[in-house]
Amino acid sequence: MNTFSFYIVPCTIGLIIIFGLCKKVPLFDTFIIGAKEGLYSTFSIAPSLIGLIVAVSMFKSSGALDIITSFFSPMVNFFGFPKEVIPLMLLRPVSGSGSLALVDSIFKSCGPDSFAGRVASVMMGSTETTFYAIAIYFGSVGIKNTRHTIPVALTADFTSFIMSVLIVRLLFT
Amino acid sequence: MLNYIWGFIIIISILCSIFTGNIEHLSSSILSGASDAITLIITMAGMMGLWTGLMKIADKGGITYILSKLFRPILKRLFKDYPENSMAIRYICMNITANILGLGNAATPMGISAMKEMNKTNKNPKSANNSMIMFVVMNTASIQLIPTTMSILRQKYSSIAPFDVLPAIWISSAIALITGIILAKIFEK
Repeated sequence: MNTFSFYIVPCTIGLIIIFGLCKKVPLFDTFIIGAKEGLYSTFSIAPSLIGLIVAVSMFKSSGALDIITSFFSPMVNFFGFPKEVIPLMLLRPVSGSGSLALVDSIFKSCGPDSFAGRVASVMMGSTETTFYAIAIYFGSVGIKNTRHTIPVALTADFTSFIMSVLIVRLLFT
Repeated sequence: MLNYIWGFIIIISILCSIFTGNIEHLSSSILSGASDAITLIITMAGMMGLWTGLMKIADKGGITYILSKLFRPILKRLFKDYPENSMAIRYICMNITANILGLGNAATPMGISAMKEMNKTNKNPKSANNSMIMFVVMNTASIQLIPTTMSILRQKYSSIAPFDVLPAIWISSAIALITGIILAKIFEK
């Protein structure tokens, strides 16, 4: 499993370059355009990250996080979620930068290769900012009645939360 | 919604720290939090730039178009309100492919075009039809093959193998996506 994962990045890059060569894409010029877009979108989330990371670290250091966590602890024990990921599950469907801030704080306190760190990685990687997608797509055509979209999307999110715990436990312990 | 959540988190934190006597910690966490945010952005920026640059090459070579043709026979079964060669199905396929490749900047405009095409023949333009719901549900699930931000963040905290969670992410996303599709089908009437 580990050796396999080391091949992913170099091979993907190699394939992209070969594909670009075959299709006669101006490689470096195109790369520059894309990299510029990526840098722009990374730096454009800076203002919201400042606001959200400050809020998250305030929430943590004030002891409020522990109170919320203990409130949800019956559910935590039932599904076997590590307690660190509870705030992530609550914020994930609402805010992408907010959940990034939470994952950052979990990595900082537990490490990315801890059980909580891995579960947080899988949760973050296997879900999207659900309400953002719903707002942007239905908003773009002025649809007010979204019928069963929200319950279905949130159930799918919760499914991947449960799966994250189960699969990490299965593959890494 | 986030406006209230953000304000609420801050107010609760201040009140809570006064009651628990943690005000000293709170004060230092504000200062470090703000600079942590910028450190995070700076460490991610290099890899994000590299990745989006490489993906631009793949995109310019037409990979989205090529792959979206492959997915069309599978995807048309989920969107029965529209014929296989309609513009709606084409945009849907392009959007899903761009999402799989992690081309967020390209996926959103194509998704909006898909929604506009679908709404043209929608009987009640204020209410979502089954295909639109299916499409949005698929966009709220993560189908990205390589979750870039996640991997970069793991690397930043010196994970021994930043990509070793990929198989777990694929399995978890696939099960969540299938759950979403099945539920959306069940609620169709």
